Amino acid sequence: MTSMNMVQSLNSALDVMLERDPKVLIFGEDVGYFGGVFRVTDKLQQKHGLKRCFDAPISESGIIATAIGMGAYGLRPVPEIQFADYILPAFDQLVSEAARLRYRSGGEFWAPITVRSPYGGGIFGGQTHSQSPEAIFAHITGLKTVIPSNPYDAKGLLIASIECDDPVIFLEPKRLYNGPFDGRHEQQVKSWAGHPDADVPDGYYTVPLGKAAVVREGEAVTMLAYGTMVHVALAGIQDSGVDAELIDLRSIVPLDIDTIIESVKKTGRCVILHEASRYGGFGGELSALVQERCFHWLEAPVERVAGWDTPYPHAFEWDYFPGPKRVATALKKAMQD
Amino acid sequence: MPSDRPGANLPPLSLYVPEPRFRPGDTVDFTEVVLPPAGQARRPDTAEPAHAFTDLAYDLVRVLDTDGQAVGPWNPRLSPDTLRDMLRSMVTVRAFDERMFRAQRQGKTSFYMKCTGEEAVAVSAAFALDRDDMCFPSYRQQGLLVARGWSLVDMMNQIYSNKGDRLQGKQLPIMYSVRDASFFSISGNLTTQYPQAVGWAMASAAKGDTRIAAAWCGEGSTAEGDFHSACTFASVYRAPVIFNVVNNQWAISSFSGFAGAEATTFAARAIGYGIAGLRVDGNDALAVYAATAWAAERARTNQGPTLIEHFTYRVEGHSTSDDPGQYRSAGEASAWPLGDPVTRLKDHLIAIDEWDEDRHIAQDKEIAEMVRAAQKEAEANGILGHGLHQPLDTLFDGVFEEMPWHLREQQAQMIAEETASGRPWARK
Repeated sequence: MTSMNMVQSLNSALDVMLERDPKVLIFGEDVGYFGGVFRVTDKLQQKHGLKRCFDAPISESGIIATAIGMGAYGLRPVPEIQFADYILPAFDQLVSEAARLRYRSGGEFWAPITVRSPYGGGIFGGQTHSQSPEAIFAHITGLKTVIPSNPYDAKGLLIASIECDDPVIFLEPKRLYNGPFDGRHEQQVKSWAGHPDADVPDGYYTVPLGKAAVVREGEAVTMLAYGTMVHVALAGIQDSGVDAELIDLRSIVPLDIDTIIESVKKTGRCVILHEASRYGGFGGELSALVQERCFHWLEAPVERVAGWDTPYPHAFEWDYFPGPKRVATALKKAMQD
Repeated sequence: MPSDRPGANLPPLSLYVPEPRFRPGDTVDFTEVVLPPAGQARRPDTAEPAHAFTDLAYDLVRVLDTDGQAVGPWNPRLSPDTLRDMLRSMVTVRAFDERMFRAQRQGKTSFYMKCTGEEAVAVSAAFALDRDDMCFPSYRQQGLLVARGWSLVDMMNQIYSNKGDRLQGKQLPIMYSVRDASFFSISGNLTTQYPQAVGWAMASAAKGDTRIAAAWCGEGSTAEGDFHSACTFASVYRAPVIFNVVNNQWAISSFSGFAGAEATTFAARAIGYGIAGLRVDGNDALAVYAATAWAAERARTNQGPTLIEHFTYRVEGHSTSDDPGQYRSAGEASAWPLGDPVTRLKDHLIAIDEWDEDRHIAQDKEIAEMVRAAQKEAEANGILGHGLHQPLDTLFDGVFEEMPWHLREQQAQMIAEETASGRPWARK
């Protein structure tokens, strides 16, 4: 057991898998010698060699397409897209190819690739270093989408994703790389040191895909969140004084529907929180699922707290980012309705 | 506008939009197409650096001359038995195409695409590659499967989406997938297979394997971004891959000028990436064989990728949904100066006294009968829309390795709806 931040735990997951499975191979822009712009692949090339961890041309479609070809050969590639904002040039390869290869070939070929990509805002990243594209991928049949919220889960979920024979979009909340962030931006930045979820086993372990975590038990309202928003939700719950049950979804696809239903049937209320813009966001799917399955248990309309339906702004970061204040307001509203 | 603006005294700009030379009703005259004589192009060492291929990228590798003789340094000197096998595969492809085109017209399936005039491009390549070299085809290389001896019945089952279809009726006809013949799953999205082939080749190299990859696309599809990324990655990592550009002059209704053919050749694109580029007579089965074998040797000896432009002509419509009479002259196919690949190989075998017209006619009949018998066998498994499909619940198979809850729920819902409507959901 070692205390790790999320960058270190992800690095450890990759190190463990490179060691454990000769089919695992890592590549992407700046991931090789330099070790990645966020240091997630630091020293992996030096330790495992040029052919296991290497730099790639600046071509997202090329990176994903070659990974698919390697997967079809029988390798288990873990390509990196430097920012989730830049995954779109690879969209055709992900949607038309990786997601459908098993289906269209009658199971003859598949793409066991794990696409790692930093995502999310709260870092003054502006329009192209802040986006949260998970809803786009949730809509694509054949892709799994996974988002950790702490170092322990990050390592376990990444190992599980790499071992999964389906293509996985693994979104890393870059705001959480170095410490938990609860949206209180005026306060001093925290590190992961001392956080219980920063105790990470050094060796191999997994956190299963498709299983949510109940982060805080409560009786009054169910709060659904993932990534950075798990920490924002905790702060908002604290501010509101509402006894909310907080569920960290961890996987967007497949979704742990049972844990969600069980909680909402207990509380009778539900508030959904994500950074991504609201219209067409994943919160819409969550809201519909809760409404369809818990209709007779609901005592109030399902609330959604999300980014505004605008591109991610620079100067107005904290007006856009759904912080604890908006969470607390929504929780109180859900209790009053 | 201020008169002192730079260029203000020049004539107005004008947008250039390419136009093909012949439209419906026009008389066709291909005398402007430059055809170097057979045997003239040099055959370089596979170790030559990419920049040394500039001449070959604008030249045309040809082996069969006008007398049907194989000449020059690219003559692969194949045995008569091999030549006859190649001819047989090409004739089979043509007969298969004819039969399946008619099946579509008879309403037995929704769609078909012929490769008439381009049989040599795929068949000869299959003869030059090893059987376990992975092919990443587009939708017009059915000759790879035929030349690798793959079951015609299995191909037809796919076209009919019947209960024998290994792809479970999930794919549009001709989007084959045959792992056992090292034939990668065909996608409807153009050129996506190009960088995938590079990845496969990189993996083979990374594992110290000896297998190589080959990819095909049409000249129209070279305009896709994936063509560029494939060439870049192949060059950067010196991937053991062969890129084939089948320049059949037409991308549905767009002539090759819309892919940039008026400015340069497609083989010449390779040079800028640091890839060896060859331009080959695509209707010359021996030239295609020789170029592919050369490129395969280059790849197998870690000397990197090759791009081969196959100069040919799409004789038929783009697909069963297309009528080429709407956009090009009906005279083009017969006037095409490189002739017909089947006829040229046949004439060569006759010229070297290894074949004759009677044998050819007999073979045509025998193959037509074989294809007809295969069709009958495939149709016993069902045709599109006549109930003999895979069980309906297989519609949900293979989205993921294991079916998640939301798919299981939808599968159960579909079965319930089918049952309630009185239709048996599991059609056997």
